[in-house]
Amino acid sequence: MSFSTALESLYPPARLLREPAQLAPYESDALTAFRSRPRAVVLPESSDEVIETVRLCHLHDVPFVARGSGTSLSGGSLPIADGIVIALNRLNRILRLDPDARIAVVEPGVVNLHVTHAAAPYGLYYAPDPSSQPICTIGGNVAFNSGGAHCLKYGMTANHVLGIKAVLPNGAVIELGGESLEPVGPDLTGFFVGSEGLFGIALEITLRLLPRPEQVRTVLASYHSLAAAGDAVAAVVASGLLPAALEIMDKLAIEAAEMSVNAGYPRGAAAVLIVELEGEAGSVDAEFARLQQVMEQTGADEVRLAEDDAARARIWKGRKGAFSAVGRLSPDYIVQDGVVPRSRLGETLARIDELSATYDIRVANVFHAGDGNLHPLILYDGRKPGELERAEELAGEILTLCIDAGGSITGEHGVGMEKRAYMPRMFTPVDLDVMRELRWAVDPDELANRGKMLPGDSPEGSSASRHPHPLERQGIISRV
Amino acid sequence: MSAIRNIISATTIEEVQAAVSMIGPPLLARGGGTKPALSQADGVGTLDLSGLRGISEYDPGEYTFTAYAGTPLAVVRHALAEHGQYLPFDPPLADAGATLGGTIAAGVSGAGRMRYGGVRDFLIGVRFVDGQGRLVRGGGKVVKNAAGFDLPKLMTGSLGRLGVLVEVSFKVFPAPAAYATVAATLPTMAEAARMVQQLAAAPVDWEALDIAPAPKGATLWARLGGLKQALPPRVARVQELLEDSRLLTPAEDEALWRRINALDFGNAADMLVKAALTARDIPALDAALAAAGAVRHYSAAGNLAWIAWPGSAHDLDRLLAGQRLPGLTLRGAAAFPLVGRRPAAAFLQPVKQTLDPAGRFPAFEQDAD
Ligand SMILES: Cc1cc2nc3c(=O)[nH]c(=O)nc-3n(C[C@H](O)[C@H](O)[C@H](O)COP(=O)(O)OP(=O)(O)OC[C@H]3O[C@@H](n4cnc5c(N)ncnc54)[C@H](O)[C@@H]3O)c2cc1C
Repeated sequence: MSFSTALESLYPPARLLREPAQLAPYESDALTAFRSRPRAVVLPESSDEVIETVRLCHLHDVPFVARGSGTSLSGGSLPIADGIVIALNRLNRILRLDPDARIAVVEPGVVNLHVTHAAAPYGLYYAPDPSSQPICTIGGNVAFNSGGAHCLKYGMTANHVLGIKAVLPNGAVIELGGESLEPVGPDLTGFFVGSEGLFGIALEITLRLLPRPEQVRTVLASYHSLAAAGDAVAAVVASGLLPAALEIMDKLAIEAAEMSVNAGYPRGAAAVLIVELEGEAGSVDAEFARLQQVMEQTGADEVRLAEDDAARARIWKGRKGAFSAVGRLSPDYIVQDGVVPRSRLGETLARIDELSATYDIRVANVFHAGDGNLHPLILYDGRKPGELERAEELAGEILTLCIDAGGSITGEHGVGMEKRAYMPRMFTPVDLDVMRELRWAVDPDELANRGKMLPGDSPEGSSASRHPHPLERQGIISRV
Repeated sequence: MSAIRNIISATTIEEVQAAVSMIGPPLLARGGGTKPALSQADGVGTLDLSGLRGISEYDPGEYTFTAYAGTPLAVVRHALAEHGQYLPFDPPLADAGATLGGTIAAGVSGAGRMRYGGVRDFLIGVRFVDGQGRLVRGGGKVVKNAAGFDLPKLMTGSLGRLGVLVEVSFKVFPAPAAYATVAATLPTMAEAARMVQQLAAAPVDWEALDIAPAPKGATLWARLGGLKQALPPRVARVQELLEDSRLLTPAEDEALWRRINALDFGNAADMLVKAALTARDIPALDAALAAAGAVRHYSAAGNLAWIAWPGSAHDLDRLLAGQRLPGLTLRGAAAFPLVGRRPAAAFLQPVKQTLDPAGRFPAFEQDAD
């Protein structure tokens, strides 16, 4: 039976997309500068269908790309031209929510925010909160170890995933971790998280839920310069307080947010800093008094406390809607995701400003300052010849800055296809060999998300030569 | 590098690479030797890393540090405390001389993991020597990093069987200025397990929530940490939640958590085993363990069990497997340290084959053939 015939027997026509018009929405993700048309898109409705599809791909040597909501900013869900896309949005059931054990077992297509909605009646929530949380899926979050505004205190997705059931690229189904907070033996659950789809497809994910904090205090401070806001972050961190969030937006980002959602940020400020403390009421009150003392020393033009939930929601609406708001200022944009040591935030921002002037390309900054995780938004017009290339070059310079400062090329958006070329700047050839070998050990044919994360393997590349020799598999010979 | 009988001591990364590249029996790294079941086995050579030590980078303003794997926890604790910082996962056996590398390789966290997570959640970067003698880096030195496979997670709990950790980076947090512990007595372990589950669901920032059997029923210890002035009302509220409870003195608080950190349970001849579970598993497990005469202590609201087991490894393996719980032997005779439910071989085996194709480190399991 041919691959196409096998797919036809597995999926009804409505869930097997092959017409160009049907495929168009899947050709790209939120890294819109790139697109590629897959040979088909399948819409499974059960884990069994996903497993069966992966087995077919394995049998017929057809590469596949898993897709959640396609909000990847690094081209992670970009299709492979001769491969298929396995779109997981219909696997959107919360299989079990156990308030006593404080866990939720979910399918990969469940939208991040829906977990929190389901947990809310029990006073619980799911902590990782990427700004895309109203649409992005848990499967995508797992693949990218996604972050959000509250990583400083609560960590990334990996810190909240207790167990994963997955299908490996060879069709084997595995169960990693469980319901306990403690792993035993190699932390394979944590290793699967952030593997950008290269280890196969997550089918069921066990998430840890947290009790809703009793008290939240959100402060918005405005500054006359970005550097002053950066220094304020250093002061808050040094004070020994552990805020849940420490976020900065620069002038351009503030203006954009004001125009689009009217968040009530102080007009004309060069930068705003959002600080959020949360926890037990008794602790937060004491910490808040401390925070006020610290903030007084930072030379803020204005410090505002969100008086109620509505005011807090408004502050966060501006912050979380910043990407799309800034997007309106420009026909196209690239979001970068570099990380620098927190003490080097100020100088890095100043360098980005200089680069922006040199390239004559506007850059807005909205970022997770407490983590040193920058999100420069590079604004360009793809219709103007050469602008995309200049924007990409500028993006590359920013990544180089981050690497040179001892940081990382990505804090939470993943390498995807976009930043593969920069991996050799961060890792030695040996490091990359080991990652490649780990991938080949699990997926010798590079069927799962070929052409992502690891440099060098092109989406078109033949995979024949990458099979480890049988003696290599047994460890009798090895490549030099 | 010096070698005495079956012990090779390495004080540099190059020496570790040389030792791994030699022809000889498989090797197990040893840091402080506090978890002997993980550093000793029949027919296995010891790679002593206690000389590969020292903090190589620590900038308190960054809340991160990098150190060689053989650095004792106590040294780290002291350096961090000078700046009001700590490793919040409360790595066990600190006073006995446990090292960073051994803590990561064993994948163990202490009672304090309740608050912000375990060793896996704070390790941000590793350098290790794999079975082919290659020096491999994963992760980095910044608190957030999504580039490449998460090798720090893979090495957490790798039991010395995937590579020899040589240098590691952690993120750290500001330490609570003060602590307070409330102790309560409950009629049975089942009720204590239910109670920790309830308490863990309350919006209280618990530093630790432990339970253990007592001569009559069970004892529950709830620890809070934070700004000193905020503690009294917080303690009062906890005491409202817990009938029949008592606030420990600061000295008692300190001594109690030191003892728990020392894993000083049972007799020296017992096996010491960690098991992962949930509070719901406790009633059945605890009854079975009690019947076998084991000493038990449960941390992190019933997610982490410490078992001092007087019987054979085989019997404990059967008992845990029967309850579908995974366990790890830290002390006592064990050819293979994993007991109870095992990790997914379909994923672990290809990883082991890649990093250690020639078997320079022992296997995770008895070979099937
Ligand atoms: C406006 C906006 C704001 C954003 N803000 C943030 C933010 O604050 N923090 C942050 O971290 N990210 C952010 N992102 C990036 C993005 O939302 C995240 O990377 C998200 O996790 C992607 O989820 P998705 O469902 O859209 O996945 P997709 O884009 O569909 O896929 C992402 C990757 O996951 C793989 N994948 C999907 N499902 C599975 C599965 N079940 N098993 C294995 N692999 C799978 C895909 O193959 C792909 O490689 C933002 C994006 C946008 C557009």
